[in-house]
Amino acid sequence: MLEITNLVKRYGQNEPVLKGLNLKVEGSSVVSIVGASGAGKSTLLRCINRLVEPTSGSIKLNGHELVNLRGSELRHSRRRIGMVFQGFNLIDRLTVMENVLSGRLGYVSFFQALTRRFPQSDIDRAFSLMERVGIAHYADKRADQLSGGERQRVAVVRALMQEPQILLADEPTASLDPKTSQQIMSQLQSLANEMSLPVLINIHNVTQARMYTDRIVGMRHGQMIFDGEPKEFNQDALDAIYGGIESPEEDGGDPGQQASPAPEATA
Amino acid sequence: MVDHAAKLADRVWSRYDRKEQLTRYGVYLLTLIAVVWAVRDIDIFWPWVWDAPNQIQSLGARMWPPEFSQWNAIFSAMLETVHIATLSTMLTIFIALPVSYIAAQNTTPNKITLWIGRFILVSSRSVNTIIWALLFVAIFGPGVLAGILAVMFRSVGFIGKLMGEAIEEIDRRPVEAMEATGASKFKVVLYAIVPQVMPAFFAIIILRWDINIRESTVLGLVGAGGIGVLLQGSIDMFAWQTVATILLAIVVLVILGEALTSVLRKKVI
Amino acid sequence: MTSDRTANDAQSGRVWKKPPFIANPWVRYGLVVITLVYLYWAFSTLPFDWQRISEGLPRAGKIFGGAFPPSFERAGLLWTGFKESFQIAFLATMLGVLLSVPIAVMAARNVAPLPVYLLGRTLIIVSRSFHPVIVAILFVAAVGFGPMAGILTLTLYSIGFVAKLLAEEIEEIDWGQVEAMRSVGAGYMKILVYGVFPQIMPRQIGLSMYQLDSNLRASAVVGIVGAGGIGGTLMNAFGRYDYDFAFAILLMIIAIILVSEGLSGWVRKKVW
Repeated sequence: MLEITNLVKRYGQNEPVLKGLNLKVEGSSVVSIVGASGAGKSTLLRCINRLVEPTSGSIKLNGHELVNLRGSELRHSRRRIGMVFQGFNLIDRLTVMENVLSGRLGYVSFFQALTRRFPQSDIDRAFSLMERVGIAHYADKRADQLSGGERQRVAVVRALMQEPQILLADEPTASLDPKTSQQIMSQLQSLANEMSLPVLINIHNVTQARMYTDRIVGMRHGQMIFDGEPKEFNQDALDAIYGGIESPEEDGGDPGQQASPAPEATA
Repeated sequence: MVDHAAKLADRVWSRYDRKEQLTRYGVYLLTLIAVVWAVRDIDIFWPWVWDAPNQIQSLGARMWPPEFSQWNAIFSAMLETVHIATLSTMLTIFIALPVSYIAAQNTTPNKITLWIGRFILVSSRSVNTIIWALLFVAIFGPGVLAGILAVMFRSVGFIGKLMGEAIEEIDRRPVEAMEATGASKFKVVLYAIVPQVMPAFFAIIILRWDINIRESTVLGLVGAGGIGVLLQGSIDMFAWQTVATILLAIVVLVILGEALTSVLRKKVI
Repeated sequence: MTSDRTANDAQSGRVWKKPPFIANPWVRYGLVVITLVYLYWAFSTLPFDWQRISEGLPRAGKIFGGAFPPSFERAGLLWTGFKESFQIAFLATMLGVLLSVPIAVMAARNVAPLPVYLLGRTLIIVSRSFHPVIVAILFVAAVGFGPMAGILTLTLYSIGFVAKLLAEEIEEIDWGQVEAMRSVGAGYMKILVYGVFPQIMPRQIGLSMYQLDSNLRASAVVGIVGAGGIGGTLMNAFGRYDYDFAFAILLMIIAIILVSEGLSGWVRKKVW
């Protein structure tokens, strides 16, 4: 369970990017965070695994306070938090298998990491996860030889290899074409269900958020202004979050389903 | 996922396959053998090696504090060094440009001139400035002429090669256009080639001048003029503190040279 | 256009001059004046021993006459000299490249804390400031004549070049990969091994090959001041007026440099 209380992030003397956020994520739900660029979605996610240092506030994962951890305790907490990035952030020159195994770096010794002698259990887990998402045949290919969707799947496997207690995804589909991004969202959803994993996804695409997640949190200017189920996320909510900024993506719905045309957000 | 338990039992993975492993170990082994051979065969008196840090430190102590009494002599020697570098860079231009012209595949008159040009450039580059200096000191005696000629002969190769590459990379179309007007070879060069290689030319000259300043500081060690003569003299007399001052002066010169060249580069390019 | 185009137009006298390269006439003429003044000043203050110089051309004749044909009689000396130069270059490259990696990490602003960064940068600047010949002289004074001084000199020389370029390479890596490694909970060293080194590896190999080639050339030269290798043999030959032997040595140096340039270019292409 993730519990964020009064989280504030301010850079220097500027206006805070996060203004006293409160969020509770329980059990194995898939939560999407929507908002315009600059709303603070990415900062929020990065505060959880401390890639960004919170200015004040509290973040508790399963009862453990994360905000003031340092050194090896910080690394131990990070290895329990999986993260998937918009730019995939794979080690291009290494093979898919090495990338996947790098998810275990928080658990193995330096020597094992250097010589790539990971425990057999890690290798077994790697193969089964790769088969699960359909990339096992690429195990010895260099990561930069894969397509965008395939790379993101590698990144997802890498995150899952950590045996995380929570999965964070920072705009995982923003660099992918509509069809591939649906595949990824759908995989995230089913993996979360199978592994009983809470998942936080930053996403631009409101339709996909509605379709693949259980709960939508809307942010604007560093504050949370919507928190509810997808069916409650109506035009008013959309306007509150995006109104006066740019309209979010409205495409990317399931091709088999002819949903009613999504309402145009007023510019 | 549970069904796969049996299959998982034989899932092995290693970073390199058999062949790659062997090649890697082979290379490591060869390198190790080479290092061991080099270390054992080389003519080093090992007890001195362990003493080296001591020796280096004691040399450093002997050089402190720097001694400024020879300041005048040092200053004029530095000036001499700058003159050597500057004059030779200026004079080299007149040789390097024609050579680069014939050493460039698209402007050379025929195969023979191409080879001659290439040959000149390669020999100029392969012989270090100091070795050229040795030669010219033997011919013309110790002094700045040997130094200037040495730097010139080395610079021809550097400037010629880079200018040759610049010439080979020009756009052919202005050349065609000029030829079509019936202009002579010389005029074609003037109007079509020169304007295109001007920026590269300035950059190369400035760069070489910078390098030549560094090179000129050591020419005196073989008698070819400049601060090197004073340096060698001080070392021969074990006047380490003067040596320290000379080294400081060289550092200052190099820093000034770099500052000046980066200013020039910004103005000209 | 109804105006009468008559012979009058031929006399209208429209003149054109190419705009000068440097617009400001003061700067333009100023530069010319400065150059002329400089040339006069330089030539007049430089000490030319015209007496000795005029003996130059006949001397050159004698020297070239004596140098041709090159003499490979003392091939044994040639062999030991070159072997020593190889050893110096090889060991210095190995040591230098090995040391360059940690120094480059120290000197890269994005992976090193500020005090460490300053130390790393200083080390690199110190290694680069002096011409290898000067460094060789100092090492000879410190550890004595012979290849030891040569190896130390060229190690510093290698660090000055390889560590500098490697540090610049590290500063330009894709930071996302490092972020990803931080996010899985890896410590500093593991982040280096997985997030940084794979990105700089091709450059590192290219630089090392280039440096080996560079060191080979430089090793011929440091011998001139007593730091071992073929340079010493060359100095002796000059000193004894054995110009044919000296010429032989020079030819070998050129040949070896050419071969090594070709080889290192080939290896770099294969490994990229």
